[in-house]
Amino acid sequence: MSILSFRNIWVEYGDKVVLERVNLDIEQGSFVSIIGPSGAGKSTFLRLALGQDRPTRGEVLLDDKPLRPEPGPDRGIVFQRYSVFPHLNVRENVVFGLDCATSPLLGRSFGATRRRAVEKAEEMLEAVGLGHVMQAYASELSGGMQQRLAIAQALVKNPRVLLLDEPFGALDPGIRGDMHELVTGLWRQHRLTIMMVTHDLKEAFKLGTRVLSFDKRRIDPHAPHRYGATAVYDMQLDRKERPAAA
Amino acid sequence: MTRLVNIRPGRKAATGLAAIPMILIVIGYMIASAVRHAANPADKLLPTFGAMGRAFQHMASESDPLTGKILLWADTLASLERLGIALVIATGMTMLLGLSLGMIPLLRAKFGPLVATLSVIPPVAILPILFIVFGLGEASKIMLIVIGITPVMVRDVASHVAALPQEQMIKAQTLGAGSWLLTLRVALPQMMPRLIDSLRLALGPAWVFLISAEAIAADVGLGYRIFLVRRYLSMDIILPYVAWISLLAILFDLILKHISLKAFPWAHGSSH
Repeated sequence: MSILSFRNIWVEYGDKVVLERVNLDIEQGSFVSIIGPSGAGKSTFLRLALGQDRPTRGEVLLDDKPLRPEPGPDRGIVFQRYSVFPHLNVRENVVFGLDCATSPLLGRSFGATRRRAVEKAEEMLEAVGLGHVMQAYASELSGGMQQRLAIAQALVKNPRVLLLDEPFGALDPGIRGDMHELVTGLWRQHRLTIMMVTHDLKEAFKLGTRVLSFDKRRIDPHAPHRYGATAVYDMQLDRKERPAAA
Repeated sequence: MTRLVNIRPGRKAATGLAAIPMILIVIGYMIASAVRHAANPADKLLPTFGAMGRAFQHMASESDPLTGKILLWADTLASLERLGIALVIATGMTMLLGLSLGMIPLLRAKFGPLVATLSVIPPVAILPILFIVFGLGEASKIMLIVIGITPVMVRDVASHVAALPQEQMIKAQTLGAGSWLLTLRVALPQMMPRLIDSLRLALGPAWVFLISAEAIAADVGLGYRIFLVRRYLSMDIILPYVAWISLLAILFDLILKHISLKAFPWAHGSSH
């Protein structure tokens, strides 16, 4: 069953065509890696799913319903940077998402609701390995820990799709390996659907069950901006059977 | 040999270095004052520290025969009241306008250029208008300070809010926040340290506007007093008053800095 569908998508900025004729279905439970050279529209494609950008033509369907072109709680996101709130401590960063749902006026819950939210947040923080720094401000965390926190924030909302925009691009290779394990584990455990944009080919194939490669099919040397990119390769990797790979 | 640009003083050395020019100024003043008093014992231009101390003590302890009040405290109270009310109004308006202009592109498009235009009007130039509209009482003085500092603060704070990482705003929306919760829980707290910084910077101009307004039309106040005694060349009162005003300004600044450090530790990286 496909959770996200892209139907004949075009994205144009002025006369610059970024994406053209994108037709893709994202299966529930898949881990889709998106690769391609710079400027090939990978991030634009992810932003379509996020709702941050809207297609010029075509439509995006989430669970067979047209997607409202605005970010919403059914799609989680982790950016390369700035995904956490520096002025809140680690626990409040996660509780915030829960409070938004229960307290639309103040954004803060009290009493039993609050206790439940804190409990849930702490459970999620333990799961991503941040149980020991719950009181620290997010601005004090290292890059890798901030990304763990950003993932915990997103997952606590049980999003239909988790979108990752070069989430490990700014991390050291060693920490990147730890993060791969973490994401793979969470993906299995929570049966997530993940779309991840990355520059790192190895990472794309290591983590993904499907790799989409974006590039331009045609190039007009006199007006290179007039042809957009699309998914030129769509590779299904059969790795679900494999044991938890590191 | 170490290059000049690479020599950094330690903490103690820095304090010592900072004290040197101040001590030199004081010594220079004492010499100049002594020279003038040697030539003319009744010199008023450069009073001795003793004379300034006596004059200041007189202002701070003895009640004025005309009003029955101790002038220094009456002046200080009147000035701080004007300044305080103006700062509260300006800060409140900045919070409201800075947040809404920073967060809502529609409002920014509508009022941004207006605020930018208002902030280039020299406030003292519209002082006559304020006197005409609000009269010579407290309102016009308070308004001058408010009009003088608010547009600049609004511009600063609004641009800071608008420059908060877009990623954070998107992230908060994926966590279920709408415009209101984005403003309340994401933008407002992150605006506060900047608001305090902005207010600290605005304190200097605020004092300028306060003293200008008091110099022109008032019957009590620090600015009124120094412009009044100027007629009698009473440097022995003016100089201590200037020092007193500076001291109050420094105190305000330190208090605001302290509030920011205590209330928003996350905004000051090394304070944990």
